[in-house]
Amino acid sequence: MADDRPVGGFGLYVHWPFCQAKCPYCDFNSHVAREIDQTAWARAYLSEIDRVAAELPGRILSTIYFGGGTPSLMPPDTVAAIIERARQHWPASNDMEVTIEANPGSVEAGRLAGYRDGGVNRVSMGIQALNDTDLRRLGRIHTVAEAHRALDIARNTFARVSFDLIYARQDQTLRQWRNELTQALSMAVDHLSLYQLTIEAGTAFGARHEAGKLRGLPGEDLAADMFDATQEICEASGFAAYEVSNHAASGAESRHNLIYWRCGDYVGIGPGAHGRITVGGRRLATESPLAPGRWLHHVGRGSGETVRTELTGREQAEEHVMMGLRIREGLDMARFAALNGAPFGSDRVGRLAELGMIEVADGRLAATRRGRTVLNAVIRDLLAD
Amino acid sequence: MTDLAHIRNFAIVAHIDHGKSTLADRLIQSTGTVQDRDMKEQLLDAMDIERERGITIKANTVRIDYKADDGETYVLNLIDTPGHVDFAYEVSRSMRAVEGSLLVVDSTQGVEAQTLANVYQAIDADHEIVPVLNKIDLPASDCDRVAEQIEDVIGIDASGAIRVSAKTGQGIHETLEAIVHRLPAPRGKRDAPLRAMLVDSWYDAYLGVIVLVRIMDGVLRKGERIVMMQNRSVHHVDRIGVFRPAMQAIDELGPGEIGFLTASIKQVRDTRVGDTITHERKGCEKPLPGFKPAQPVVFCGLFPVDASEFEDLRDSIEKLALNDASFSFEMETSAALGFGFRCGFLGLLHLEVIRDRIEREYDIDLITTAPSVVYHVFMRDGSMRELHNPADMPDLTHVDHLEEPRIKATILVPDDYLGDVLKLCQDRRGIQLDLTYAGSRAMVVYDLPLNEVVFDFYDRLKSVSKGYASFDYQLTGYREDSLVKMQILVNDEPVDALSVMVHRDRAETRGRAMVEKLKDLIPRHMFKIPIQAAIGGKVIARETLSALRKDVTAKCYGGDATRKRKLLDKQKAGKKKMRQFGKVDIPQEAFISALKMDN
Repeated sequence: MADDRPVGGFGLYVHWPFCQAKCPYCDFNSHVAREIDQTAWARAYLSEIDRVAAELPGRILSTIYFGGGTPSLMPPDTVAAIIERARQHWPASNDMEVTIEANPGSVEAGRLAGYRDGGVNRVSMGIQALNDTDLRRLGRIHTVAEAHRALDIARNTFARVSFDLIYARQDQTLRQWRNELTQALSMAVDHLSLYQLTIEAGTAFGARHEAGKLRGLPGEDLAADMFDATQEICEASGFAAYEVSNHAASGAESRHNLIYWRCGDYVGIGPGAHGRITVGGRRLATESPLAPGRWLHHVGRGSGETVRTELTGREQAEEHVMMGLRIREGLDMARFAALNGAPFGSDRVGRLAELGMIEVADGRLAATRRGRTVLNAVIRDLLAD
Repeated sequence: MTDLAHIRNFAIVAHIDHGKSTLADRLIQSTGTVQDRDMKEQLLDAMDIERERGITIKANTVRIDYKADDGETYVLNLIDTPGHVDFAYEVSRSMRAVEGSLLVVDSTQGVEAQTLANVYQAIDADHEIVPVLNKIDLPASDCDRVAEQIEDVIGIDASGAIRVSAKTGQGIHETLEAIVHRLPAPRGKRDAPLRAMLVDSWYDAYLGVIVLVRIMDGVLRKGERIVMMQNRSVHHVDRIGVFRPAMQAIDELGPGEIGFLTASIKQVRDTRVGDTITHERKGCEKPLPGFKPAQPVVFCGLFPVDASEFEDLRDSIEKLALNDASFSFEMETSAALGFGFRCGFLGLLHLEVIRDRIEREYDIDLITTAPSVVYHVFMRDGSMRELHNPADMPDLTHVDHLEEPRIKATILVPDDYLGDVLKLCQDRRGIQLDLTYAGSRAMVVYDLPLNEVVFDFYDRLKSVSKGYASFDYQLTGYREDSLVKMQILVNDEPVDALSVMVHRDRAETRGRAMVEKLKDLIPRHMFKIPIQAAIGGKVIARETLSALRKDVTAKCYGGDATRKRKLLDKQKAGKKKMRQFGKVDIPQEAFISALKMDN
């Protein structure tokens, strides 16, 4: 049995691919369907848990995460059944974290309570912006008033609540963002995810951007100023960043997401879900088909997993750097050296440290705040051949 | 052998795209030299690069049997000459091998500068010239205007111009008749000692070097021993033949005939274009006049993008040089680019052709440094050195003065763009020699430093004239001028591959343009990078590339790991196209792009 303690535990990710509407910036695997055969979908998830559990017996499950899509469109019974089935197969850690993503528009008091009764103990709300104009531009179907209402319900239902905001939006000024963030912090419970708007290829925004029709996006300097302001304001409110875009009160970090950044094992089930599992000493990357119908079809024939690749030591080492430098605690250099077959080049590390991009202490290498703002360049430099 | 009266040797002179190759194809086809089913477009352009660029680099030849209207059968030898100024010497030899030319002009376009250069070569060779107006099937065709232009600009009688559509075949018969009746038969003495001109040569994997010859006097037979008069090398002739256009063996070549020989020659270098071939015994005493060894005029560095491909590059360059006597090379070491070669070319097209062939035929990605001309550096001790590479510029304290090569450039351009063309020439330190009009087109002649032309002059000319200007040049000699070496410093370290020779008066403008360009070309790093241009120790232009401020992925969760890792691999591959210089990565294209001037 793998010892999960040094790598943040063992988690289960469940992907629900459906949304009421597709947001123009979203490059996640989400679909708008007219009719969903809820029974068939519930059965499919349970069948997948059975399949994976047979391969990974005895692991201690520390987190479950329902992501999407809009998983708050899932019937609470299905959520409860999935949690129950997971608990049947794996012993759960005492403080198992079970998170569900929710959209303000799809939240009803009864439904959140239903999730809670089924075993969910944390909610992550996709609020995204605190003014209606921007919410519309982002293609969101809820209003600020609805967001407030939903957040109140969430706060009354769960002890642990996070919400997301997107910044560096079209025509947003630094001052506007500072104000919005201050307001957000006053609403915050214990966790915030603050993402800079990223224009991804293959999204509606991507197409508009390509056509030169997405105006008013901040340049690099303003984006950097906004990022810096975000760090300062959050730190002053006790919500220091523990990851590039994630902020939490001490002890309230997303344990599930930490598994990703610490390169722990996680099972991914549902359309397009990825997993990283260690089986017989080999670390495997798993994938499932993106299209909901195809996934369902594959599950019906025995397995929703259609791609399984063994990662080489070097590939694992690369992922360790890409993921590990995102978090404030950084990565374990000895683990990197073991995976990579060789430690980091000392001249490279020395030079990046000299530039104030990284810090080395107690066998760990971490990006500084400055390093995190140009993390892609730091990672490229550290992993250059 | 054929008696002289029944031989006609001719070349076709034309500007690119005016239909030279198509006309040649039609002549070959209509005489039944090639079966229709074997016909492919542009039969004579053998190399991919020739086909793609629509230019001829090697002289090609074809022998056509033609039964004329007078009932007699004639042997017509067509030499397809290189159509570019870089190969002017090769053209001049081809012209000496024939007695007449067809001057093909596109009747929708008119005379172009390159047509002029080649037609003057034909006139120099005392050719009878038959004007052919091509593309008469097109609606824009205007034969009267173009005929008048031929008379005005070139000064030859165009009243008997033949109107042709090489595409439809109209006028082909008339062209063949004109070749027979208007071009003179060759002259030569069968019983004199052998004198054959080496017109061209190329390497064939099966036969070794194939030598294209024109017999002036005497007879060449298979099995004979011959001498190349320039290097006195002796060879045993193992094959003689003609091109139809496929090779066909024959027993002998007599006076006036054009054909090939093979003699187990391993290197094209041993066969110099323009050389005279005679018999080892009872050979002729004096070679034919006009031989000139090839002289590279443009030099640049070629470096492998991937340093581990240096040996492959050496191999490819050596192989290409075997087949191209005009291409020179020597090893070069650059602090910025590592090991590579300093290569000499006849001109820019020649450079491009060689570079393309290395990249394509040998699959090696290259960094090409800025082309440079050959400067004459006069030292204080009275000696003179040739400078092929700005990096080799001697210490100024020992230098008395520098001379640079000049050219006479002829540009034909429609009126509307004349102003911009004149400005371009002035900006490039040009001195106007002549300006005349032919209809609505102007012909300007400029004295220009070659240095100002080798790099992007032709691109700029095309761009300011919307593609309408045509251009040709010839080297005229060397002249003293105030020239200095300008260095580029990136992050305070000189990058040797970016050093250029510039005129002192233009140094600041050039320096400013280069550092501004580099600022755009070099990606931002985690630290700020000063980019400077300097002459000696004096900085004349400076820019600062600011540090990267933000480059981080907002979201990266479990489902993103695979994608991000693949992206990283892709970026690593991209980084291989960069050269690390000190702490700075410089993209390979920067070494050329930095020198392009937008004005």
